[in-house]
Amino acid sequence: MYDIIIIGAGPAGMTAALYAKRANKKVLVLEALNYGGQIINTVDIENYPTQEHISGYDFATKLYNQITELGVEIIEEKVISIENLKDYKKVNTKNNIYKAKAIIIATGTDNRKLNIENEDKFIGKGISYCATCDGSFYKNKNVCVVGGGNTALEEAIYLSNICNTVYLIHRRDKFRADQILIDKLNSISNIKLVLNATINKLNGNEKLDSIDILSNNKIDTISTDALFIAIGKIPMNDIFKDIIEIDEYGYIVSDKLCHTNIPGIFVAGDIREKSLRQLVTATSDGALAATEAVKYINQ
Amino acid sequence: MKIINVDEDNFNEEVINSKQKVLIDFNATWCGPCKMIGPVLEKIAEQNDNIKIVSIDVDNNQDLAKEYNVFSIPCLVVVKDGKEIKRNVGLISKNEIEELIGE
Repeated sequence: MYDIIIIGAGPAGMTAALYAKRANKKVLVLEALNYGGQIINTVDIENYPTQEHISGYDFATKLYNQITELGVEIIEEKVISIENLKDYKKVNTKNNIYKAKAIIIATGTDNRKLNIENEDKFIGKGISYCATCDGSFYKNKNVCVVGGGNTALEEAIYLSNICNTVYLIHRRDKFRADQILIDKLNSISNIKLVLNATINKLNGNEKLDSIDILSNNKIDTISTDALFIAIGKIPMNDIFKDIIEIDEYGYIVSDKLCHTNIPGIFVAGDIREKSLRQLVTATSDGALAATEAVKYINQ
Repeated sequence: MKIINVDEDNFNEEVINSKQKVLIDFNATWCGPCKMIGPVLEKIAEQNDNIKIVSIDVDNNQDLAKEYNVFSIPCLVVVKDGKEIKRNVGLISKNEIEELIGE
């Protein structure tokens, strides 16, 4: 029996482990993929206090070393369900059952997909969810970005420095992004806006070579080597949503102390319903959730 | 076995003409997920003698990346008798890599 099981080894989950372990609790972190979470895709973090520049990989690795040296156990197994029993909680993976007095959910979010035909087929062959990761493969090519928020605009601006022409496709006529980004976008000559338009079809054989755009009831084809999809994130709530309260967007509802609707189950990081999803708020959640979990166990 | 760094000069010798099955790890120094996969591949290389694992830096070997249609990394490609038989794009777990490699 563990004191606390943390699901997800991103910045929120690992910070929760740090605080729980320092409170002398027996802690297990379960991670489906690899430690770090989405932050490892960030090439340069510039807004974490004291770190003028640090790569997401270095940040995650430092935090990983910090907690494993303290004795936190991290196991690479995907959780398939959790159960709230009378005296303890159960966490089930494909091959094992783990027991704990408290659970902290820190599974984060995943990229939202367009959900159109051939999207999966062209991943890595034209379809990408990360311009800073894959942009350099498309030097001097024509590329498309779809989306209308901060991420989409940042990606279009980033790609405009590398690529020939960047088409920014958005289903509305206005962006819901920071004004500073909109101003920057409008000042760049090789970004072409395709507004009030949705993507209808992805074309190509071995790799993506064009996309069909539906706008004003008519279809246009844009020939392009890549489509960067930046239409938001989806909370990874599948294994919890039957017992944990979620909001209309799928994020886990909690009070200001990270308590979910079930006593002894806490939430931290991007999957938590909140207004700002940043590294600093993820680590903050982790500290808070762990402290509350420790209080719950000591009761 | 250790992971072998491969470039355009020794690609044919180490990959195409290899008698063993080869797992190519296309990566770059700036790619976080690639850095995550690196140590996992090292472990797999140590534990398995039935596959050769080679690492290719896509920035220094753009022609090889192009030849294999690599447009996103990390990208793992399994090559047998000089031909691609499987690939995976994106970060995957140790178990999934072992599944990709197969028997």
